[in-house]
Amino acid sequence: MERRTIFGGWLLPAAFVLPQLLLTVFFFLWPAGEAIYGSLTRQDAFGLRTQFIGLENFVDLFEDPLYVESMWRTVYFCAAVSLLSMSVALLLAVFADREIAGRGFYRTMLIWPYAIAPAVAAVLWILLLHPQIGMVAHGLKAIGVVWDYKINGGQAMLVVILASAWKQVSYNFIFFLAGLQSIPRSVIEAARMDGARGWRRFRTIIFPLLAPTTFFLLVVNLVYSAFDTFGTIQALTHGGPGKSTETLVVKVYRDGVVNLDLGGSSAQSVVLMVGIVVLTVVQFRFLGKRDKT
Amino acid sequence: MSSRTDWTAHIVLSIGVLLFVLPLWLVFSASTQDPAMIGRGELSFIPGSGIGVYWKVLTEGAPGVAPVWHLLMVSFGMAISIAIGKIVISVLSAYAIAFFRFPFRLVCFWTIFFTLMLPVEVRIIPTYSVMAGFGLINSFTGLTLPLIASATATLLFRQTFLAVPDELVEAARMDGAGPLRFLRDILLPVSGANIAALFVILFVYGWNQYLWPLLVATDSRLDTIVIGIVKMIGADTSVEWNRVMATAVLAMLPPVAVVLLMQTWFVKGLTEGDK
Amino acid sequence: MATLKLHDLRKSFGPVAVLHGIDLALASGEMLVIVGASGCGKSTLLRLVAGLEDPTAGAIELDGKDVARLDPAERDIAMVFQNYALYPHMSVFDNMAYALKIRGLTKADITTRVQETAEMLGLGPLLARKPRQLSGGQRQRVAMGRAIVRHPKLFLFDEPLSNLDATLRVTMRAEIKRLQRRMGVTSLYVTHDQVEAMTLGDRLLVLHQGRAVQLATPMEVFERPANVYVAGFIGAPAMNFLPATLSHGGTAASLALGPVIPFVDGRRAGADGMALTIGIRPEHVVADAAGEELQVDLLEPLGSETVVIGRLSNGEMLSVKLPKAEAPTERMSVGFPAAALHVFDAATGLRLDPG
Repeated sequence: MERRTIFGGWLLPAAFVLPQLLLTVFFFLWPAGEAIYGSLTRQDAFGLRTQFIGLENFVDLFEDPLYVESMWRTVYFCAAVSLLSMSVALLLAVFADREIAGRGFYRTMLIWPYAIAPAVAAVLWILLLHPQIGMVAHGLKAIGVVWDYKINGGQAMLVVILASAWKQVSYNFIFFLAGLQSIPRSVIEAARMDGARGWRRFRTIIFPLLAPTTFFLLVVNLVYSAFDTFGTIQALTHGGPGKSTETLVVKVYRDGVVNLDLGGSSAQSVVLMVGIVVLTVVQFRFLGKRDKT
Repeated sequence: MSSRTDWTAHIVLSIGVLLFVLPLWLVFSASTQDPAMIGRGELSFIPGSGIGVYWKVLTEGAPGVAPVWHLLMVSFGMAISIAIGKIVISVLSAYAIAFFRFPFRLVCFWTIFFTLMLPVEVRIIPTYSVMAGFGLINSFTGLTLPLIASATATLLFRQTFLAVPDELVEAARMDGAGPLRFLRDILLPVSGANIAALFVILFVYGWNQYLWPLLVATDSRLDTIVIGIVKMIGADTSVEWNRVMATAVLAMLPPVAVVLLMQTWFVKGLTEGDK
Repeated sequence: MATLKLHDLRKSFGPVAVLHGIDLALASGEMLVIVGASGCGKSTLLRLVAGLEDPTAGAIELDGKDVARLDPAERDIAMVFQNYALYPHMSVFDNMAYALKIRGLTKADITTRVQETAEMLGLGPLLARKPRQLSGGQRQRVAMGRAIVRHPKLFLFDEPLSNLDATLRVTMRAEIKRLQRRMGVTSLYVTHDQVEAMTLGDRLLVLHQGRAVQLATPMEVFERPANVYVAGFIGAPAMNFLPATLSHGGTAASLALGPVIPFVDGRRAGADGMALTIGIRPEHVVADAAGEELQVDLLEPLGSETVVIGRLSNGEMLSVKLPKAEAPTERMSVGFPAAALHVFDAATGLRLDPG
């Protein structure tokens, strides 16, 4: 889309894009370039000589069972978080879209958690699930469940999934509600005239019409659960116990910052970049297609 | 519509609300209770009498962590700088891209667009080494500047600007307004709601940052409140839970207040902008 | 008040030529209406004069000074837009004052001028309102006010009435004419509505595919359309066209339908047998018992009159506007009065005048 009316001259616009462009070059393009360069080279033990080694870092990466394991763990984690958080949000949005008393109150109460930091969300869940102090944890113990996510990897995974999904519900809720409200009333009314009610109306009319929102949110949620949950995981489990909650981002951080393996972590960064580029392209192609029809 | 009360909706929504409010209440309640009791697992829903803990964390902090007022100042500074910086830079570049034709305009646009795909988490190590090269490690500039470039905000403003009717621009030109005056007198006021919405989103974004501050600011004087909390619970053995919870409440208050105060604009801006 | 002259004004968008060289001269205080179907280039012409587009070639002289390369702000021209383009965040007062502020008038001067103009347009009580609190007609008035308050050399109107409902359009049309007369500001008015064109213009410029096909007073355009396009465009219902050939040494038209009709105003140049298009307006066709038979397809009662649409014996369509009482039901006989004919060259479409 282009404007019909434009202003003349090029000095002013050049000056206007310059700050943005400089930031982009220094903090995005340059680091991205370094990551790619770093992923293709290896430094000797003293950091004196740098050697070009092609794709060897990547080969090493994908031959490393720990990395592959972390990849599958991330896929599982992302799928669980997205699915859980989106279904709860959709359920709430469908009911919040109804003409009921106190609608505004319900909406506000479901929107505010958007402001909670992922790392702070972890604190809230500690109060519920911490093996010593957690309220729910005590309840579980009372009914005979052996609960300690600090030791049990499966339980740790469950905890980070719950905390991460919980934090994302309000974001999804906002979008689902907006999506529901943008469905033309006349379409719903036509469906009512045709006798579609309740679950059938939702399944055959509303859900298909929400598809663009759902798809958009799916991509956003995958990106969120892959990247933004770092704070949640770090605060709850530090990726442990063992490596049972170590997603790819946690691993990059551990390998690069804690263990200082620069070549390997550059390669990991490049893999993550490729992943996010693919997601973004898929999303824009899909949205672009929708715009044309 | 029938006038019967929709009980299903009320029940489902109430459960949903409790799902978010109960943990919050529990955090507040815990913050006022005796840390030893919490540690023994005797957490109660009923607040205790230790409301003084808020004064204590504000002024003293917790072992190994700066006083919370200081954490709050850093978080505020960071959130505000990021929000305002992003808005200014994005408005300017979106204005240039939407209202002018200049050499390499599309190159600029795609360069900015490309950054959309590179969140901090993806480029941790290389960005760190670039920052180190500039000597920006452990500085407030280093904390905020790299987060100010924003493809999302630029795209959003570009979209807003493209939706401004051509006739409005032409009317202003006929009235004698040049590009700077048009930006100030017409375009910014007309986009006020979008700017407000974006401010909320970006303030929350800046406030909630975790990985970047963790990486670039090891100096505890630059700890944000989010970093501070994670540090507090990191000790794990001798955690003073009431202090942690009080800090958590203080960490949530500002962004939640901003979202609630500007709810209408924010929801509109978020849902219209991101698509 | 100023004169406006266009010399061979051309505009192309890339390879597409939108205006093929327009020449035009407006006297001071004149209101010229540019009329044509959508896509004829009329809006482009207006935007060139406004300075919102740069001409590909040609000159625009305002008061004898070439302004073609000047910024809109430097031309001293005001424009009323189709969708009004009011600044949504400014009050009516500020909307009208904005251009004056930019020119650096004093506060007192601005207030006086805005209030004067507001009084003239009946906007006095609305000055503090925002555009969204105004009705369509009021917004239209504010848009006019914003143009008037500047006392510009030239007014441009870009289909200013097309967003109003029918009743309001008639009222505002009269008001625009009154104001323009009273202020005596030279004006260009673009519309696709022929009624607006006929009622508002001192002269009309009919544009067709980027070319000026006729420049004349409204009545002249109606009575002596320059070609088949203009003849068909101006007048409702549209003029009937019948194929014919020149005969009797250029003194008559021999209709394909059969009858031969002599020219009452003189002979046309050209060889007998030359292909002609004969035009006759529906209101000029008469009931004539001795005339041609018309099979009635459709009756459109308009109240005092009725439009009859039917087929002639050779299958050609014809519409006839008759007083209500004379409306037939199934068939009628029609005649074509010789004095009402318009004669066009079928090959070029151009009007053929006697001589």
